[in-house]
Amino acid sequence: MADEPNGKPPAGDGAGRQPEEQADVNKLLRASSGLPEGQIEAQEVRSVGVAGKVREQGTALAERAKKEVEAYKDPQQTQLWKSIFRVSHDRSDPRNRSLAILSNVFLHLHPAKINRDAVRYNFTWGMGGITFYLFIVLTFTGVLLMFYYHPTKIQAFRDIQYLEHDVPFGKLLRNMHRWAAHLMIITTWLHMFRVVLTGSYKRPREFNWCVGVVLLVLTLLLSFTGYLLPDDQLGFWAVTVGTNMARATPILGHEGPFGPQLGMTAFNDVRFGLLGGSIVDANALLRSYIWHCIGIPLVASIFMAVHFWRIRKDGGISGPAPVMLESEMKPVKR
Amino acid sequence: MAMAIPRPRGVSRKWVYLIAGVVLLGVLMLFVEDWHQLWKISSTPDNVPIVAMIPLVVFFTWLGVKQMKENDRLIDQLEADPQAAKTSHRKTAPWRPGWARELHVWPYLVRVEFLAAVIVTLILFVWSITLNAPLEEPANPNLTMNPSKAPWYFLGLQEMLVYFDPWIAGVVMPSLLLVGLMVFPYVDSNPLGNGYYTWKQRKFAVGMFMWGWFMWIILIIIGTFIRGPGWIWFWPGQTWDHNAVVYDRNIDLHEYLGISGMMGKMIFGGIVVGTFYLLGGLFFHWLMTRNAFEKKILARTSILQYLTFQFFAITVLLALPAKLILRLSPLHIKYVWVTPWFNI
Repeated sequence: MADEPNGKPPAGDGAGRQPEEQADVNKLLRASSGLPEGQIEAQEVRSVGVAGKVREQGTALAERAKKEVEAYKDPQQTQLWKSIFRVSHDRSDPRNRSLAILSNVFLHLHPAKINRDAVRYNFTWGMGGITFYLFIVLTFTGVLLMFYYHPTKIQAFRDIQYLEHDVPFGKLLRNMHRWAAHLMIITTWLHMFRVVLTGSYKRPREFNWCVGVVLLVLTLLLSFTGYLLPDDQLGFWAVTVGTNMARATPILGHEGPFGPQLGMTAFNDVRFGLLGGSIVDANALLRSYIWHCIGIPLVASIFMAVHFWRIRKDGGISGPAPVMLESEMKPVKR
Repeated sequence: MAMAIPRPRGVSRKWVYLIAGVVLLGVLMLFVEDWHQLWKISSTPDNVPIVAMIPLVVFFTWLGVKQMKENDRLIDQLEADPQAAKTSHRKTAPWRPGWARELHVWPYLVRVEFLAAVIVTLILFVWSITLNAPLEEPANPNLTMNPSKAPWYFLGLQEMLVYFDPWIAGVVMPSLLLVGLMVFPYVDSNPLGNGYYTWKQRKFAVGMFMWGWFMWIILIIIGTFIRGPGWIWFWPGQTWDHNAVVYDRNIDLHEYLGISGMMGKMIFGGIVVGTFYLLGGLFFHWLMTRNAFEKKILARTSILQYLTFQFFAITVLLALPAKLILRLSPLHIKYVWVTPWFNI
């Protein structure tokens, strides 16, 4: 076999090895035996015969495997790795650092580079990012909770008890969902507070501020619709109090100014539409559930996409910007 | 108050404030009659977020104010020295020539985000392991909870029900609040302070927002900690007495003046509300013209911006505390304007 000249396919090689590879194996064999070329050929001549051939191929295969295993020690060079990660993660190359962000669907919300002072926690407080992270946590725990929950008057409360007492980690799951929701409201408010203190709502970010206000409302509504779902006294009365205010909606509520005059009753006004009935009952539970799990998260996701997109389009986060002096105010454009 | 007392050399103002705060807290503690009640309210699982929110708000306000002060000092320096203003990098963060102005997001920002996610996750786990989400008896329409409270973040609205009719407190005010928030960037005609903390350059805008922001938080705190059974006012530390009866006679403003007759009431109420808007407008106008800088900003403000701001400021920022004071004061005023269709 070793005698075969390069370029011709070796006869009887079941593995369909390429000639180049064969030559490589032979070279390896030579190198590992530590003998000069002439001698190894003499050895091979000696070992002709079926058993010898098998042994020889076995050795070659083992060597090849060894070589491949060696290559796997650097997983970043494998085809699998390269198919997933298009960019080398070699830190020394600034281009790679940029590509790490740009070529990753999850990270591409970021610019490749930012203001050096913007990574300071003091400026942003990280509240916007934390709010988004909490949304992800809530989606994750929420989906898991959905596996155990039926939005019906008969089962809802029992499902919560089942979650608390029988489902493995059910209590932890429910607690996390609850506290993450409360925390999300606080972080949303703090995010808004920071944006005001740094004047980040100013030109050109006015519209994004408005999108943010919508997101604040959606966050509150998400939390509120979730409040009813355990179907306990706390949720029931909180939602009763909350939706009773809707009765008093001007024009659209049956107790609001000009409502009765326009034909509003407890059975056709805006509160009826919210609850699917004139009291908080089975329909309210179902509506609450659908708004909570599907309706509002969908709408919120769209607004979030716009919010994040606009941050980038409006030139990234606002600062920390160099301070401007009073004397440098430009005349107003009208 | 602490300033008036001569302080010994070497004692910083911070310590004076701290000691004064501790003494004040101690005095307040003397008024607590029922510690158990106080603990019961603060440890109710759904109230824990508010208890946590108070120090968070204090901390972040401090963090913001600290940076405001730093930047304001820098602005003062640069305004005093025009030459330095030309060469300075104009930030309080350290800077040396030769440093890159921008950093790679990978890894310098991504690692911060990752760390934040890990810390938030840890906090959530610890919180969820140590404190259980509330679950009360199954919903029962025949058994009204007393007090029956909305979720804590809506308690501001519920508290407003004391001062306004439901259509204002539950529908009009929240809508105005949200629209007011949305128009905020459009009525703020001050170009300074875009992207950095400053008080000096944005006293008016920041002050207005903080006014609304703290009002909202105070309403939530009142709704949570002070309103007990029957939505009666119980000071923190007082026992929530379910049988308490409070003689609370609410009087409309016109009754004090002995005005009767529907027409008289309507005209009187209209005059009162109109006067309130006029005085409110004058008050905000005074705030907007109280020095040369504010006047300069006002000159940049369009008439539409000015009127929009005045409307929201008077209707949301001023009317709410005004009504709150009228209602809680010994006058016990319920309505200032009574008409056959609506009462304010």
